[in-house]
This record gives sequence, structure tokens and C-alpha cells, in this order.
Amino acid sequence: MYSYTEFDADFLAERNAQFRAQVERRIDGSLTEDEFKPLRLMNGLYLQLHAYMLRVAIPYGTLNGAQMHKLADIADTWDKGYGHFTTRQNIQYNWPQLRDVPDMLDALAEVNMHAIQTSGNTIRNVTADHFAGAAADEVADPRPVAELIRQWSTDHPEFQFLPRKFKVAVSGSAHDRAVIKAHDIGLQIVEQNGVLGFQVIVGGGLGRTPMIGKVLYDFVASEDLLPTLEAIVSVYNLLGRRDNKYKARIKITVHENGIEDIRARVDARYALIRPQFTGVDQQMLARIEADFAKPTFKTAPLDSYTQAYDSDPVFRSWADTNLSDHHAPGYAIVSISLKAHGATPGDASSDQMRVMADLAAQYGHDELRISHEQNVILPHVHRADLPALHAALKDAKLATANIGLISDIIACPGMDYCALATARSIPIAQEIATRFDALKLEHEVGPLKIKISGCINACGHHHVGHIGILGLDRAGVENYQITLGGDGTQDATLGERAGPGFSADEIIPAIERLVRGYLDLRSEPTETFLQTYRRLGLAPFKAALYPEARANAA
Amino acid sequence: MAKPFTPKVVTANALLEGDVIYQTATGWTRDLAQAEVLTDEADADLRMIDASQQTDLVVGVYLADVDASAAPKPVHFREAFRAKGPSNYAHGKQEAL
Repeated sequence: MYSYTEFDADFLAERNAQFRAQVERRIDGSLTEDEFKPLRLMNGLYLQLHAYMLRVAIPYGTLNGAQMHKLADIADTWDKGYGHFTTRQNIQYNWPQLRDVPDMLDALAEVNMHAIQTSGNTIRNVTADHFAGAAADEVADPRPVAELIRQWSTDHPEFQFLPRKFKVAVSGSAHDRAVIKAHDIGLQIVEQNGVLGFQVIVGGGLGRTPMIGKVLYDFVASEDLLPTLEAIVSVYNLLGRRDNKYKARIKITVHENGIEDIRARVDARYALIRPQFTGVDQQMLARIEADFAKPTFKTAPLDSYTQAYDSDPVFRSWADTNLSDHHAPGYAIVSISLKAHGATPGDASSDQMRVMADLAAQYGHDELRISHEQNVILPHVHRADLPALHAALKDAKLATANIGLISDIIACPGMDYCALATARSIPIAQEIATRFDALKLEHEVGPLKIKISGCINACGHHHVGHIGILGLDRAGVENYQITLGGDGTQDATLGERAGPGFSADEIIPAIERLVRGYLDLRSEPTETFLQTYRRLGLAPFKAALYPEARANAA
Repeated sequence: MAKPFTPKVVTANALLEGDVIYQTATGWTRDLAQAEVLTDEADADLRMIDASQQTDLVVGVYLADVDASAAPKPVHFREAFRAKGPSNYAHGKQEAL
């Protein structure tokens, strides 16, 4: 993985020293909150409902064991012994005190990590496919270019005060696991006539006005990518609306001006700035690519794996749900579920973090990933090591076999933590998971993605959930709206609103009616919820959700 | 006739700790039950101004509705969470209970 140069380390040390001084000046009264707030946000520090929150970037979701260990140490030293992994591959600490934050940032710097541009109207942490470098279906590893974009966008002088935040995601596979069509810019590595380049998608986003991104360019050559990105953000920087926060994202700029108009403007800007890119970025990219060289994969007999698979039903169930195809023979990608039934989605205790770090070192070439679905991935594990790995995960309560199933729920922090939230998300996720675990229906239901947001900003990606749940405040009471048929993959689709919302007491039974309705509706056990929805449309699902309405209409 | 004034408390987050605090007659408390209940609109405005000026102590000052029939209690669920802590762990104010 990428290791910091002396330049990177010096930059971070200087930046952390600046922030330390800013915190001191805030505490001694030299800075007002109005002056301090943009400074703390630039360094990832929010003030939430009960406490400060520090959001730490995990660039393109990639970590090594030492970094995960440091995240655990920080959780123990300055927080409450856990961290929350987010849908943008970040980790959030929910309980830091203001005086401690400079020390936390220094601790992060020791392992080449920071919280810069995890907030504010800047280019945020660049996210990527969490199976990058391992997926069997990959054209190329998206992380080197994601790192190049991280370096280009970090402290980019032109892009520190954009009209609004700006999110970039990169995928190297045709199967989109990075929700690239719901990002301000989504990049997909594609091959054309034997040459690798990028399909460039702009103007996607969820939130108040959800939009699926539109293709700006079908193919941009690798050496033209950074100037293309710079041209896009530059056009948005001038054209994006600063008069209305709710219309300030590039999705609105693209929607209001049209993709052709945007393309013409980007073309013109590109022509102007292209000569400034003299190829230095490509030299840097070459060096970064060397850092992401594939590990040396071993060959080993698969007897231990086959034996465990055939004899241990618990292992088999886990292997069936939590493993994905690796490009190297004999290897698998392991998804570690942070969604134990009844637990908070995305939370890991410091002990669990250390277990995962040590297992990555022992069995996984010292690599970990954070997925936007709030799980942890060990991307390179030989199948021969899986029985031992599974046993160790089980001891740490990390062996829940539910990846992609109904209890593998994305949930934003909601009103349990977030100052912007209008309702809670976490308890709804906990109750759905607990309920379906009690019913023992989870595996029969099969692949089903539930995504929950506690406000219209949609951090929980509810628009692209097969079942989306949006928590709102309706006249001083928590109320949950359901959307159906959303999809965050290459077939990106926004869910349709099913009808009136449900109270906190009604939402779990409503989800149960919906899922039981699906079981009755599916043509065969292999037809997934989403396939059934696409075949039949909203009406029969709506009938399952609102039986009274059907009774009244009859 | 003027709309009746819902009793209020002045609330904010502490600058250093970041936790939820409420104004009292003489300072700040972390316990809503100890907060000063404001039943007069003009008085509430004055107390808000006073609180807003204490920028070296507090952040994000605002007036929150309370049920003041006995010791002040939250009216809105958001304020109930602020007064208690998150629902997934016994962290925040409920730790002390």
C-alpha cells in the first residue's frame, strides 16, 4: 500500500501543528466559534448531539494492521473503546474532547493517517471498491489512481471552498461495489482496444434530491484523467450554485444546465489547462502503482478448507455468505460482518479491531479494507487458512454469517449521535436484525439490502436500498418512510416511495409484512427480492405493506 | 390574544467536553432537572443573549421547550436524547444515572 514520502509526513506534521495552535487559540478565547468552526471542520472535527466527533479518512478504504491497531489505541485512549465505520469508508470517534483532538491527530500521523477534508466544502475522502486488488472480475486495481486523486485533491488551492462538498469514487470492475453512480464523480476503469482508461460519470448523489450520475465521457486515457477531473471541478466551482445550499451540489448543476452544456464547458476548460499537466502526475502514478504491487500469493492444498466445509455447518454457512471470488487460485476475499444481530451496524470495539489487525497480519498479507456497507474485508486469504481464521473470528464475535442478507444493514448514526438527524436509525437496524434472526428467516429470504438514513441527507444510502428506510420528524414523533426497489450497483436505480410512513413501533412489523409478502410473491426461491420487485412493480409490495388500505378498498 | 409561551431552558454544548449543558440562574448544569425554567418570553430572550456571549464556555446556544409542570423535562424527542444519551450504548448522561 502507499507509504508516505518525507513530503507527505512533513505536510501532515505542519498541518497538525497548525490545528493544535488553532485549538489552543479557541480555548484561550482568541478565536470565536465562528472563526474556529471552519478550521475544525477542515480537520474532520464536528460537534454532534452529545459530544465532538472526529471523522478520520481511510483512503479508498485500505488499511494495514499497524493502522488498525492505532485506530484501536486511539479508541481506548481518547474515546470509549470503539469506533464507527461509515458509508464513506471513514471511521468516526463519537466521544473525543476538544483538548485531546490534536493528540489524536498526531497519533494518526504516526501511521500515515489524517482527518483532512473529511468535512467541509472540499473534495472528500476518495472511496473505492472494497474488493480492489483482489476481485476476480477486476480490470485493474482502482487504488493507485484513487491515491493519485487523494494527493491531487488534498489541500488543492483552487478547491478548498467549493460550492458544496464533493465526493469521488473509483471502481476497477464492471460490477460496481462502490456506488459510483451516486457520487459527484464516479470513475470506472475500462479497457478499450487493449488500453486502460476511465469512464467518467458526473452528477450522481443521494440526499434531498437523489440523482443517478450521467456519463460525461465514455473513455478518458489515464494520462488525461487528472486534467479532466480538474476541468470538471473547476467548471463546477464557478457554475455551482452558492445561493442555495440545497442546490449547490454538482448533481443540481448538471441537472439544471444539462450534460451537454457541462461537457462543452469542461471541454473548453480542459483545452485551457491540459498543457499544465506535463506528465509529472504520471510519474507519480507509476511510483504509487509500485506501492500497490500484488502480494506474493502462495499455493497450498485445500484439504483443510474442504474438510471444514463438509463437516462444520457453521463454517459452511459463513463461507457461503461471507466469501467472495478472488482472482488468485485458492484464495478468497473474506468479509467480516460488523452486523452481529442486535449490534450497531459499523461499530467495532478496540479489541475487535486488534483481532482483525492480527488476523490480517497472520492470514491476509497485512491488508484490511473498510466497505461502504460498513463491514471489514480481508482481501487476500488462502482458503487453507479459512477454518483457523473463522475460529478466531468466532471467538471475537466477528463471525456473523450475514453478508448481503437482511441483517447486513447500512445505518447512519441517526439521532443517537448526529446533530442533523431527524430520527434514529440504529435502533431500527438493531430491531430488524434481531427480529429476522429470531424468525430464522434470514437465509431463506436471501440477498436483500436494507439501508436506513436518519434524515433526508441520506448518509445511510436509503434511496439505493432494495428496502430503504428514511427516518423523519413528523409533528414531534419519529416516523419512517419506506422506499422500494433501489439499487446501488452498476444498474443503479432510485427506490420508489411506498406510501405513508410508519411510527417507530410500526416499522418493524411493516418490514416483516413486506418480506413475508415477497416470500409469497417470488416465482422461485432463487428469485431475489429485487428481481421480484422488478418483475412485479410496486403494487403487490404496497398491498403487503398496507393491508388496511387493501381491506378498505375491497 | 398572544399565543401562550411554552416554558423553555437555555441549552448548548460545552466547549471543551462537547456535552449537553443547560443554563441555571448562576451558571451551567449538565442536569436538565437543575436547569432554570424560563416562563416569560422577554426574560428568555435576555437569558439567551447572556448565554450566547459566553463563547469561551459554550457552543451552539438555543432555547429548548420543556414540560415544566414539575422539574423540567424534554418535550421533543431530540431533547430527550440529548438529556439521556444514545440508545445503543449506556453512554453520555445516562452513564451517571
